[in-house]
Amino acid sequence: MNIVVCIKQVPDAKTVRFNTEKGTLVREGVEAVINPFDFHALEAGLQLKDTYGGEVTVLSMGPPQAESALKEALSLGADKGILLSDRAFAGADTLATTYTLAKAIKKLGPVDLVLCGKQAIDGDTAQVGPGLAVRLGLPYVTCVNALSVLDDGKTMHLRRINEDGYDILELEMPALLTVLASLNTPRLPSLKGKMRARKAEIPVWDARELGAEPDRIGLAGSATQVVSTWVPTFEARREMLEGPAEEQVKALVFRFKEAGILNA
Amino acid sequence: MAQVNYFLTEEQQMIVDLARQIAVEKIIPVRAELDETGEFPWDIMKDIAQADLFGLYIPEEYGGFAKGCFENCLAVEQLAYGCIAVTTTFAASALGGYPILLFGSDEQKACYLPDIASGRRLVAFGLTEANAGSDAARIQTTAVEDGDDWIINGTKQWITSGGEAEIYTIITMTNRNKGARGATAFILEKGDPGFSFGRKERKMGLNASSTRELVFNECRIPKDRMLGKKGQGFIMAMRTLDLARPGIGAMAVGLAQAALDEAVKYARQRIQFDQPIISFQAIQHMLADMATRIEASRALVYSTARTIDAGANDVAKLSAMAKLFATDMAMQVATDAVQILGGYGYMKSYPVEKMMRDAKVLQIYEGTNQIMRNVIGQALNKEYTKK
Repeated sequence: MNIVVCIKQVPDAKTVRFNTEKGTLVREGVEAVINPFDFHALEAGLQLKDTYGGEVTVLSMGPPQAESALKEALSLGADKGILLSDRAFAGADTLATTYTLAKAIKKLGPVDLVLCGKQAIDGDTAQVGPGLAVRLGLPYVTCVNALSVLDDGKTMHLRRINEDGYDILELEMPALLTVLASLNTPRLPSLKGKMRARKAEIPVWDARELGAEPDRIGLAGSATQVVSTWVPTFEARREMLEGPAEEQVKALVFRFKEAGILNA
Repeated sequence: MAQVNYFLTEEQQMIVDLARQIAVEKIIPVRAELDETGEFPWDIMKDIAQADLFGLYIPEEYGGFAKGCFENCLAVEQLAYGCIAVTTTFAASALGGYPILLFGSDEQKACYLPDIASGRRLVAFGLTEANAGSDAARIQTTAVEDGDDWIINGTKQWITSGGEAEIYTIITMTNRNKGARGATAFILEKGDPGFSFGRKERKMGLNASSTRELVFNECRIPKDRMLGKKGQGFIMAMRTLDLARPGIGAMAVGLAQAALDEAVKYARQRIQFDQPIISFQAIQHMLADMATRIEASRALVYSTARTIDAGANDVAKLSAMAKLFATDMAMQVATDAVQILGGYGYMKSYPVEKMMRDAKVLQIYEGTNQIMRNVIGQALNKEYTKK
């Protein structure tokens, strides 16, 4: 089974702080870790490899330091890691990110399963998985927390969590899944794995290597841009309306129209 | 603030990181419950096996990493930061495995070491008996030749992982007339006819570690289970203990570090008399002594382990020193940690009372600290004879 797992290196949520003045994350001195959801995607890939054989390739689009995330994935048992890195990839929103990842996966050749974590804990959009599936022309299911493969080695039974409960779905590979933390318990790295990862070479593919069009990557290829980030403050104001019920209703409707909640 | 630099290699740092990860993610969350139920930590043993840590000291041809005492100590120290009952279960497998590694025939090594290295089978070490603790020469378990077999009779007491391990390295008396040269070691396996287990002991601490009596009643084993040569039993036991004692020191360091961390954390946030209690000299002085003794113990354990790995011959004295100093320190530090946490320290909902109950055994097993002092004293006498 040929499996690709997409991972992202993110700031450790436990130690990252927010600079309220500048509206940015303070990343200095904060450890960069593999996005928590991606651990579960990787574990799912490794479990499938343990059962069915094949290869797990980990992919990450990021700055040069993201190599350490790929090496960590290798120490857990992934076979190959590839870093997609180029100055031109910077500032990418999910549109540009999925374009870049899709270029890389197409370059890898035929794939049975692409696995992603549900969302990155820094961006929180949950858009990359679905976007990537569409670009690759793969059917996809998100929010998977149970997965089994039937005897034919191709058909999957999935449990997808929704707001009210869950759906049981059947999906044939090739496909893409995004997974939840409740899918599995990620394994610990092994000493053999860590030693192998230390010696491993992680190829770096830049825009040229991918044959990527300059206006579809990075900030240039982004339809959206983060302009500012701030913590909203809430003020609670209270006003007691008085008088008979009809009067109160009239006053309330007036207030709502004033606040733009009802059209005037 | 600078921490002591022990100049670990990249691989040694990997071992530390792995073991620490297991302690934090797998041991600490369940240690209180394991202590309460006395349940054997099979899941954690599987995690340790998956991390490849059982094979650290075993040669590569049997699936190990051919590392030394120092690497074992690094792993043990980090695991002990979580819980020494779980760590004792892990370390005891090395105690039982070393005799096979050092004295086993090629067939025996090929038969047992791969499973030990992969953690597929746990090993136990059986020397102590009801009437033979410090006075190991008093053992009464016998092994008698009978055709192509040996017949073993007797009981062993307080054996770590008794009943759970599948492989047992046992010391028996084969020729009482020869005294200390009359003991022979054997490899026993769970399921051997006539080999059974007594009740599981209920202890002051170390509850996740399974401590049981081994019972041999006309236990018949084939000749190829003899380990090493006839009469070599005590030499093998002593040599094994010399190699394993720094590991006990490392366990003590890990436990003490955990106790110190709890004590400092608590002292910083406990407000009495309008200030955190860490601002009082009485508390600061206790913490200072605790921290300093931990560093000293760590340094002694590491130096001893490295000396052993460098191929030093007679390491009995150093090994005993490392065990003695670190374990006495750990008992004191754990007790002080309970004192610093005060009423909370006494409550089971805080982790330090377990550390104090657990720490006591470190001064007793693998050679009591009184025997350690004997070993050191006698070694000094011998050393100075030459000077």
